[in-house]
Formats: sequence, structure tokens, C-alpha cells
Amino acid sequence: MANTYTLISSVTVGAGGVSSISFSSIPGIYTDLCLKFSLRGNRASVYDQIYLDINGGGTAATARYVMGNGSSASSGTTGAQIALGTGSTATANTFGNGEVYFPNYAGSSYKSYSAEGVNENNGTEAHASLFGSSWSNTSAITSLLIYNNGGTISQYSTAYLYGIKNS
Amino acid sequence: MPATYEPIATTTLSSSATSYTFSSIPSTYTDLVLVVAGTFTNTNSGGNLRLNGDTGTNYSTTALRGTGTTVYATRSINRSFIAGNEDGSSSGPWIFIWNINNYANASTYKTVLVRASDAGAYVSETAGLWRSTSAINSITFITFDPGISSGTTLTLYGIKAA
Repeated sequence: MANTYTLISSVTVGAGGVSSISFSSIPGIYTDLCLKFSLRGNRASVYDQIYLDINGGGTAATARYVMGNGSSASSGTTGAQIALGTGSTATANTFGNGEVYFPNYAGSSYKSYSAEGVNENNGTEAHASLFGSSWSNTSAITSLLIYNNGGTISQYSTAYLYGIKNS
Repeated sequence: MPATYEPIATTTLSSSATSYTFSSIPSTYTDLVLVVAGTFTNTNSGGNLRLNGDTGTNYSTTALRGTGTTVYATRSINRSFIAGNEDGSSSGPWIFIWNINNYANASTYKTVLVRASDAGAYVSETAGLWRSTSAINSITFITFDPGISSGTTLTLYGIKAA
């Protein structure tokens, strides 16, 4: 039986960082997509919000989240955010990890997706977050753009996009 | 590269149903992942799991969920199913990603981790326990309200450690 969890593309950020990470020309031959990332941003905080634009960002996403920071938990609504990543004042060499899962990304209905992230750093504050998101657009997902609140994604950050087939 | 993440079975419901069962699951994998994406026919429906057709009160769960305004942490014991979206209160669209680890061993109770989300209602992570040492050979996704809607997709994957 064929292996159906296939790497479509990956990015490792080089020296100086980048403003965003993009995956374009995503083929429609899979059933689901899975995006995995390890990111550190330049926001002057222990955390940095991670966002996702789909197909150029013409349609805004909506989301609900639940998160904890080690001392309290909260829930709210948001838009394009998919995780709380790691910011520039967090312990050196720590990167926030996360995953976004897109079922039926090439279908003709609105796209729901699920995301989660963590930014543990052995400090006084860290976060774990879950997001349930919806992109109100019937187009197939053909591109994804990851960006952060701080504006720069740091060197050694990585992102991997996998395609998953159900047959 | 060896095949380590394989589809075992998939379906897209052609009509609404109260449950769907994956049976005769081979024991050749290390872990299982069940992805369910779709809607319910009722706004107060829940997506639940039963293993090996066990309807006894052999399941328990601990859940963290957020509604967009409020956070809940809940526990349920001695239930006859694992609830994936406790008190969901929405017809969806929902995503359920069930991770069923070490499912084929015949020595330990089985732990399930499920992430459930509906952008319009709810997001949660739930840990479930099935108090049985039997290897899992069937999985039933079930709702106790009118139904799982036509068009909902359910796919079971097997993951091999080697």
C-alpha cells in the first residue's frame, strides 16, 4: 500500500530571518493537508502570535481558541491566528512548535481546519493553545502564508507541508 | 522510505447515519488516527467513540474546552463511550482528530486523545480511557442525536513505528 503522508515542501529560515513563509502551487491531488512548524519570532515578548493567510488572504478566517499559560486558561475568538509561538525574549534557542490540519482542502465547501501550538521555554511563562478555524471560501486551498506579529521569523525556524491521501 | 502512515479505510456518508463502524482493523500498525470532518443533523449533537462494540460503562474522559468566551475542564467516568466534543451544541462543521495509540496490544488499557473543533462554537482536547486489555479491532463513531450528516468523511489511518 502506498505511503500517503507525503512531504510537499519545506522551508528552513536562513540568516537574518524572513517576513513570512509561503507554500504556493499546492497540488489538489491529496485529501488533507498537514502543516507542521517550529518558529521563533522577533516580537519583544516570550510569545509571538503566528498567523496564516490562505490563497492570498482575500477571505478572512474566523476561529475560536482555548489556551493556557501555566497559571490561567482563557478562550476567545480570533481570525487568522493559528498558534502562540515563541518571541524574542524567551529562553535562547527555544522555538514554538505547532500543527495545522486541513481536511478536504481541495473540496468545494468552506474550509474548516484545526490548529495547535506550544512555546515551552523553561521560563516563568509559556503557552499551549488550540484553535478551531474556518475559512469561508469554497475555493481549493492552493497557497498558505505563515507570518507573525513581530514581523520577522527568525533563523532556524522551519515549516513542513504534507499531503495526505485517504486511498 | 517505508510506508508508515497508511489509509486503512475511508467513507463519505451518502445519507445521514447515527454511527459508522470501521471493523476488522488489522493489528499490523503501531497507532491509529481517525479523522472525521463534517456536520451533524442536529445543533446539539456529539461525536463519540466506542471500541470493539463495547457498550459497557468502561470509558472515562478528561477534557479541556473553550467556547470563545469560557474555558471548561471536565471529567466523566464510567461512561459507555468516549465523548469527543462534550456539550458541543453545534451542528458544525466539525473536525475530530482521534489518536489511538498502541491499539493492538493485549496487555494494557487503551488511551485515546481527540482534538475537536468547530470555528463557530467550540475547540477542545480530550483524553479518553477504555478499560479493556483487548486489542482494538473495531472503532465506531457514533452520535446519540438524530445523525451524522450526509457528506461527512471518516478516514482511518494506520501508523507504523517501523
